[in-house]
Amino acid sequence: MSSMNAETGPSGTNPVEDERCGDVADFATRMRRTVLQQAKRAHVGHIGSSLSVVDLLAVLYCRFLRIDDPASPERDRFVLSKGHASLALYSALNLRGWVSGAELNTYCADDTLLGVHPENRLPGVDFSTGSLGQGLSYAAGAALAATLEASDRRVFALLSDAECNEGSTWEAVMFAAHHDLGKLVAIVDANGQQALGYTKDVLDLSPLASRWSAFGWEAIEVDGHNHKEILQALNSIDFTAKGRPHVIVARTVAGKGVDFMERMVKWHYWPMSDSEYASALEQVGEPS
Amino acid sequence: MRKAFVLALVELARKDPKILLLTADLGYLTVEPFVEEFPDRFFNVGVSEQNMLGLATGLAESGYLPFLYSIIPFAILRPYEALRNGPVMHALPVRIAGVGAGMDYSTNGATHYGLEDVGALRLQPGMNIICPADFEQTTTALNATYNMPGPVYYRLGRDDVNRVPGLNGRFDVGRLNVVRDGADILLLAMGNAALEACGAADILQSQGVSATVAVVASVSPPPISDLAKMLGKFPLAVTAETHYVTGGLGSLVCEVVAGHGIACRVVRCGIDRLPDGRTGGQQFMNDRYGISAAKIAERASNELSAGRREITSAL
Repeated sequence: MSSMNAETGPSGTNPVEDERCGDVADFATRMRRTVLQQAKRAHVGHIGSSLSVVDLLAVLYCRFLRIDDPASPERDRFVLSKGHASLALYSALNLRGWVSGAELNTYCADDTLLGVHPENRLPGVDFSTGSLGQGLSYAAGAALAATLEASDRRVFALLSDAECNEGSTWEAVMFAAHHDLGKLVAIVDANGQQALGYTKDVLDLSPLASRWSAFGWEAIEVDGHNHKEILQALNSIDFTAKGRPHVIVARTVAGKGVDFMERMVKWHYWPMSDSEYASALEQVGEPS
Repeated sequence: MRKAFVLALVELARKDPKILLLTADLGYLTVEPFVEEFPDRFFNVGVSEQNMLGLATGLAESGYLPFLYSIIPFAILRPYEALRNGPVMHALPVRIAGVGAGMDYSTNGATHYGLEDVGALRLQPGMNIICPADFEQTTTALNATYNMPGPVYYRLGRDDVNRVPGLNGRFDVGRLNVVRDGADILLLAMGNAALEACGAADILQSQGVSATVAVVASVSPPPISDLAKMLGKFPLAVTAETHYVTGGLGSLVCEVVAGHGIACRVVRCGIDRLPDGRTGGQQFMNDRYGISAAKIAERASNELSAGRREITSAL
């Protein structure tokens, strides 16, 4: 990890211009504000799940993914396997300019492509998701394709920790390791919560990183809200080598940034009241 | 049909470098010709059918043409939701070859039977369903459809020897194929029930009843116009399929009859009850469940002479 630069990465790994995306912290703040604004306007939940992954998506979309044109066959692929965090993804796509503000305002309205779970008909969404346990297989297939073609494409899948309850996730885990899919990165949003409770109470996943490494993956654990750590972890990956696939186990907090939502199971589904919304917006603050 | 399928696939793969073959650890003595010629384009993904469907979705989105191979219930039913959310919802060109149509796996028992796959897949918009009647038609059908848009399912029987008389390998997407002309009754057969239907026509002929026999291999897209035209010419149609009587060819024919207001009675020969655990050879099973030539002929003959409206309880 010593040879890389945490801010920009090794040359050639990061075509996203700083001017286009600005500062990662600002990008994340804008995403959080959008998540809150749209969730409030549409009066829907999944706020905690979206806030949990904002910082991971901010680093990916502001600094790391090589996507100049979301329709280009040679773009990096990204699978939001935990599709219920779609609002965080829409926020990032909006900031990259692929989803307009007007489109964003159709979130959960009639005749929208921006539903609670992402649809691949929306530019910037590579795969439709929403059913847990399927995204890593899509990503492994895309990584296998990139490997067969000796392409520079890289493939990222963002999973929830509870998604590791699904047997099909481990089918994909085994396949990727067996076939040395070194272009594949799984990021696990390890917030320790799931729909009806805490993962340790529902179906204990610990030790999560060891389970992945026991299945043949290179596991890195990071603070999933520390942009520098996330970027360092991504930059430490050698995508050119055929080798073990990579998992970043990101320790996160569901509802991150809003104190009354943090680690609270009810914010998996709950919508905000007016006063909660005002308080939440104030807490996430303004971009600098 | 499975051997013919793999040999035809090898031919296609020589021309189209995007063709890949994936299996969930099945296909012993079947997939070898492909494996030997294209070892880098063959993947045994292990016993993990859900992952196989997801992988195929990712591969197809990246421009590949993945063919998946397994026994029907493992190819379709185990990963059904993965198939729906992946290839179907994304409208991607994933191809699934399911082997063991109906009770082809005879003494292997009910876990290996393909009984409801066509019904399950007819429910999925954009899912193409091809049920070849013999090995010759398997080759023609694969050549005609391998490159079509969207997902395709090939429902294969295990018989690689017998030919359906009069078919001569003909196949057209969205059409049926008449293999025998007769005036008294219409026999419509799906996939590997065609041979039994032809046998039934022979038996009926010996009783002085002449039957038209048509093969329906393109189940989706369905041969609506051909069916409507043929059904309008006969007072009685008997459908034959190695499938539950619900959801497959019999249902399709009833939809056409009702939708077009055609005055034709439809008698559905198919598996009309849950397998009871008692197994045997394929012919024994077909006979036991009413889809052998003798049983189809007997049913047709009874219905013709009775001339009564069929009232039968569906599954």
